[in-house]
Amino acid sequence: MTQLAEDRQTGIAHSKGIHLANFSRHFATGEKQSAVVAHPWLDDLRKRSIARFDSVGFPTTKQEDWRQTNVNAIAKTPFKLAGKPKDGSAIEHARCFGFADEAACELVFVNGRYEPQLSRLGKLLRGLKVVSLASAMPTPQATEIRDHLGKYADINANPFVALNSGFIDDGAFIRVPRGIHMEAPIHLLFISTADGGEPTVSHPRVLVVAEDNTEFSFVESYIGASGGEGAGAYFTNAVTELVIGENCAVDHCKVQHETDDAYHVGTMQVRIGRSSTFVSHSASLGAKLARNDLNVIFAGEFAEATLNGIVLLDGTRHCDNHTLLDHALPNCPSHELYKHVLKGKSTGVFRGKILVRPDAQKTDSKQTSKSLLLSDDAYMNSQPALEIYADDVKCTHGSTTGPVDEEMVFYLRSRGVGAEAARHLLTYAFAADITRRIRISPVRRLLEDYMAQQAGLPQDLRITDLGHHDEASR
Amino acid sequence: MALLEIKNLHARVAAAGGRDILKGVNLTIDAGEVHAIMGKNGGGKSTLAQVLAGREAYQVTQGTITYNGHDLQELSAEERAREGIFLAFQYPVEIPGVSTSYFLKAAVNAIRKHRNQPELDSFEFLKMVKDKMQLLKMDQSFMNRAVNEGFSGGEKKRNEIFQMAVCNPKLALMDETDSGLDIDALKVVANGASSLRGPDRAIMLVTHYQRLLDYIQPDYVHVMLDGRIVKTGDKNLALELEARGYDWVEDEAA
Repeated sequence: MTQLAEDRQTGIAHSKGIHLANFSRHFATGEKQSAVVAHPWLDDLRKRSIARFDSVGFPTTKQEDWRQTNVNAIAKTPFKLAGKPKDGSAIEHARCFGFADEAACELVFVNGRYEPQLSRLGKLLRGLKVVSLASAMPTPQATEIRDHLGKYADINANPFVALNSGFIDDGAFIRVPRGIHMEAPIHLLFISTADGGEPTVSHPRVLVVAEDNTEFSFVESYIGASGGEGAGAYFTNAVTELVIGENCAVDHCKVQHETDDAYHVGTMQVRIGRSSTFVSHSASLGAKLARNDLNVIFAGEFAEATLNGIVLLDGTRHCDNHTLLDHALPNCPSHELYKHVLKGKSTGVFRGKILVRPDAQKTDSKQTSKSLLLSDDAYMNSQPALEIYADDVKCTHGSTTGPVDEEMVFYLRSRGVGAEAARHLLTYAFAADITRRIRISPVRRLLEDYMAQQAGLPQDLRITDLGHHDEASR
Repeated sequence: MALLEIKNLHARVAAAGGRDILKGVNLTIDAGEVHAIMGKNGGGKSTLAQVLAGREAYQVTQGTITYNGHDLQELSAEERAREGIFLAFQYPVEIPGVSTSYFLKAAVNAIRKHRNQPELDSFEFLKMVKDKMQLLKMDQSFMNRAVNEGFSGGEKKRNEIFQMAVCNPKLALMDETDSGLDIDALKVVANGASSLRGPDRAIMLVTHYQRLLDYIQPDYVHVMLDGRIVKTGDKNLALELEARGYDWVEDEAA
């Protein structure tokens, strides 16, 4: 064994050990550090999960799903479980990134732990539950949680899911009861603080159960509150499970804006029931290294999914989006559009897998990946992965990567718009093509402002200035 | 002083490093005049329009262009636009994600800023463009559509002339605006362009066909062959070209 390989092995073993030690300290010592009161089934889930993580360890680039994303930096860092923040910066971030009264309710988590003082529960409709996982666990709902938690996100499929599941503690539990229609979104705001101390990790867990005939939207925001330069690394390892009944319409957004030193790994597992629609918009704005896995399983006929994403990268940042559309049953359409804007020496990865199983006749799936390279040193890796085992299906995919179109730039310049302003406007318009489809207005506005600022455009530039977008919402 | 004075202009495609496409063009255009540039394909007509608009794909190798007292080669494409040069594109570009209204407002305000005029807000802008839309028979919804995206050929050309009306140029360059239009669309586009004739504005239109000139009667007709203007006449020259083709001009020039 070479010295390097040996170092790497011991390094990983060492850091895996850190997480195992964290686990022992947190759950096994009998001290009630955990926010969750003991439930045998939960103890069992955790133990199985951490054992799984122990046996497989962190993934390496030799594994197909991780070929383009090296998580060695995560594996090497001795992360301790995040505790209470030292300063009050989280409070300010809760205010900046909160939706105020535009949300039906807002749960705020700081370093993975629910903060009732920063949260706003509002007046919830009868039967609707939006609670912290830790607080729901000792109650009769625990059986309902037991029936779903860990049943969708597979600890054997992804080591990070195993790691998260080993640490299931706090997070959010949402149950939308049969027949409920909500206008305003439910907001789950996860704030992480890095305050220059030791690197820390949190494992937020979200479970959303949508009963039949429901219509609602929910937003997950993962925001880093850095204490400035050198504030240090932290790691968010999130897992969300969403199970949707029949005849539902669920609109989802994920906003990831961690700090420049942060690592973010998030897995979302979705199961869509018959005749239901699921729309997801993912915005990746931050983190040194980010990896999103979004797995959607069609569990009923006539279910429909739309997965859109916008990724803005600069510096040496790396972001990897893996999506899976698992067409197991017939007559399910799916649409997918991911856009990347890359500057500096950043790298983007998009791997969109569409699996059409033998029974999934009449599948209609369209996947598009478009990337804008604003620097010669940026690199985009976009790969569709279509596996089709049915014969009567329509699956298309397309991928384009390139710089700003100079024909468009010249057209704008020939009308008097300066070259730089033209490039900024075209960059903004490229990204706005995703955000204009978002129907959850506080998210759309937040992203508009951020993108305008990034593109050097006036803050008051609204996507709505760029025309009608109703017809683009699909 | 002439609005535009071109002397012995030579130009080539910058990247290819090949031979000149323009091989000594001489042309003088005064305010208030309409000049038609006609000729066979590949003669350099469109190249001349592109060079005047400031497309960097072309490199001027010899000669001078004086516009309104400026050495035109000193000005970037956007500066030329702000100084009142407008190119109506032969192939207008689609810009997904940018509405026509935002695009045009940005253009108008860039020009106004350059002229030290106050920028227009959305309300003032829409008021300003309203009757110009009527002129080109354009629907209100047009302003909210992405620039040229999904437009028919006729709509794209109408959009060019509409933009020309809004930008109010001193020198309008129309590059084969009539190509690809059916007779109804041609009428709308040509009448729109014709209505923009005025004592303060010069129009240079590049065309293959005489039919556009039925609507916009030129003061001068130039025949361009192999990178040079080889013959100049009045509108009757266009009729003669329509009847006899270009060979006789070629023979004459040889």
